[in-house]
Amino acid sequence: MVSNTEAIDQVRSIGDQYKYGFVTDIDSEFAPKGLNEDIIRLISKKKEEPEWMLEMRLKAYAHWLTMEEPTWQKPKYSAIDYQDSYYYAAPKTTEKPKTLDDVDPKLLETYEKLGIPLREQEVLAGVQGAPAVAVDAVFDSVSVATTYKAKLEEQGIIFGSISEAMKTHPELVRKYLGSVVPYGDNFFAALNAAVFTDGSFVYIPKGVRCPMELSTYFRINAENTGQFERTLIVADEGSYVSYLEGCTAPQRDENQLHAAVVELVAMDDAEIKYSTVQNWYPGDEHGRGGIYNFVTKRAACRGRNSKVSWTQVETGSAITWKYPSCILQGDNSTGEFYSVAITNNAQLADTGTKMIHIGKNTRSRIISKGISAGKSDQTYRGLVRMQRGADSARNYTQCDSLLIGDKCGAHTIPYIESQNWSAQVEHEATTSRIGEDQLFYCQQRGMGDEEAVALIVNGFCREVLQTLPMEFAVEAQKLVGISLEGSVG
Amino acid sequence: MAMLEIHDLHATVDGKVILNGLNLTIDAGEVHAIMGPNGSGKSTLSYVLTGRHGYEVTGGKIMFDGNDLMQMEPDERAREGVFLAFQYPVEIPGVTSMTFLRTAVNAVREHRGEAPFDPMDFVKHLRKSATDLNISDDMLKRAVNVGFSGGEKKRMEMLQMAALEPRISILDETDSGLDIDALKIVADGVNAMRSSERGILLITHYQRLLEYIEPDHVHVLAQGQIVKSGDKSLALELEEKGYSEFLDNAA
Ligand SMILES: Nc1ncnc2c1ncn2[C@@H]1O[C@H](COP(=O)(O)OP(=O)(O)OP(=O)(O)O)[C@@H](O)[C@H]1O
Ligand SMILES: [Mg+2]
Repeated sequence: MVSNTEAIDQVRSIGDQYKYGFVTDIDSEFAPKGLNEDIIRLISKKKEEPEWMLEMRLKAYAHWLTMEEPTWQKPKYSAIDYQDSYYYAAPKTTEKPKTLDDVDPKLLETYEKLGIPLREQEVLAGVQGAPAVAVDAVFDSVSVATTYKAKLEEQGIIFGSISEAMKTHPELVRKYLGSVVPYGDNFFAALNAAVFTDGSFVYIPKGVRCPMELSTYFRINAENTGQFERTLIVADEGSYVSYLEGCTAPQRDENQLHAAVVELVAMDDAEIKYSTVQNWYPGDEHGRGGIYNFVTKRAACRGRNSKVSWTQVETGSAITWKYPSCILQGDNSTGEFYSVAITNNAQLADTGTKMIHIGKNTRSRIISKGISAGKSDQTYRGLVRMQRGADSARNYTQCDSLLIGDKCGAHTIPYIESQNWSAQVEHEATTSRIGEDQLFYCQQRGMGDEEAVALIVNGFCREVLQTLPMEFAVEAQKLVGISLEGSVG
Repeated sequence: MAMLEIHDLHATVDGKVILNGLNLTIDAGEVHAIMGPNGSGKSTLSYVLTGRHGYEVTGGKIMFDGNDLMQMEPDERAREGVFLAFQYPVEIPGVTSMTFLRTAVNAVREHRGEAPFDPMDFVKHLRKSATDLNISDDMLKRAVNVGFSGGEKKRMEMLQMAALEPRISILDETDSGLDIDALKIVADGVNAMRSSERGILLITHYQRLLEYIEPDHVHVLAQGQIVKSGDKSLALELEEKGYSEFLDNAA
């Protein structure tokens, strides 16, 4: 990890050298720094949004102004100056290396280990002008992506950017946007509602089983969705979709704060599987310069027998602060949360889930695997609430923490609230250390330190990694090893 | 030049002297057995040879194929062909035995400049040894040593030895806790490894193992030294008389 973060740092410093030379070259779309109603109107106008959208943004903004930044979380961060950021079309390309030759070899080495094709590496390292090229590199060819899109449209599936959907399917977007995470929900959700610039929209019609994994790979790399991403996925009655977010390769980004909002809606008998691999820049070994990843993710299991599974592999960011949650409203609905969080060096993570049982016979299952190394610190924070009507509801929670070295920390904070005597909540937690005996056993079989740690940690996370779609799982396994480089020996 | 030469070896654990001037030479093609009372330092010797952290060498030297073994990290020694079948094999939850074996074998192959096995080829490669050791596919799918019986753990150690093809194998009480049938299976596995290229060091408490694996030399380890060496008849003698003679000597 040390070499990895240093590499990214060096990539950034290469970028710095170009910073001043390009000032005159800025995008014509560029709006000044700062946050106010005019900026929001500008964003809405540039995106040719309907009037109701602008109203929602302005309401969210007005509400945000009355809110206080939360302080209850464990990770503390230095104050963010919200007036010192760009909210629309920040000047791009000013800090980018020109070719891969300008990128630090160590970063490229990491890409090599992950088996990332050359042209895709350019996108990830933020090489100037790369995206247009890399779209084919990532997806074989643009035509492949188009073929997929045609195939999806045949079945009535809508998959595209949310700005586009606002124009093509305004009734759907209006009906569901903000229905799971209202703008007043929390400080960062309000900010996101006010200024989000793009994200994904997915609608699966009744009875349709989406024939492929939908991946943000298809779009995010090609478009700059920026730091306030907004995703909305609606699975209508009896439908199924598996959605993949993120990327295993370390991604550069100039924006320090990432405050995304993800809303999922599952109707009767519908199922949504949402998988995330998060590997944003974690900062240097002191945590300097890393991304603050403050995300609100929530699913509404509105229909009977609906099901939502969240799987997350969180290895990046200086601070990760997120609780993908399920509101189990429909009778017999099921919520699942499978999480692997790895922190190394000075990274901080406060993550977990909320399972709100409202309907009868609702089920939830939480499996959280936290791995702390270096001087990092992480907290599992989870809430299981059994509301009055949640007859015979069940929850099972298992939180396992693994410590590598003796300078890191792990904390488990489970909140359980039950208002229904027939509901059952089960919680198990363990904390262990990677054993010297396990490491020695692996070494005695010829494995190097890092290979041994990667193997043991992958074993520890297996239950969670198994829930990832196949191709993602293989990458995630490699990522586990890479994230922990330098944590032993 | 002998394959393994241990000369005047002194070693401590937690500041406590365990090995105290031990000498032992093993040539390629030989099978040596070490016997000795509980706590005499047999496992300590195996850990010193494999470089386990916390087993500090305070004097003497260990040469392996003419190289100073002490200059090598534990994993380098393993890749060079030093194998230890553990007295107490370690559990690794969530890692299937198959994955563990493949990772180990590929690490060694890489070191030898050979191409790594992909998962499918490896299954084929392992089949014969697994069948010989009566290890089922089901066992290979289970996590390393988790929930294995004592005998299963020992057989899994033997499978690892067979797959890694080490130059020298140290078997620390691999026979302990085995039933008669399993003992024969393990002995067959060890005998199959015998060749003019390889050395084997058996640590055991029981003469019975040596009926199945005939040693070239038998040594008694007591008070941190090899106090007596002989041929296989020494094992029979020990079975009869016990170790009191050696303990009295040193006292
Ligand atoms: N980590 C340790 N800390 C303290 N003492 C140790 C440690 N490891 C071994 N010893 C001591 O070293 C001595 C030798 O132990 P060792 O395990 O090598 O004996 P052994 O000959 O293998 O015995 P057995 O026949 O019971 O397996 C014992 O007195 C043991 O208690
Ligand atoms: Mg022993």
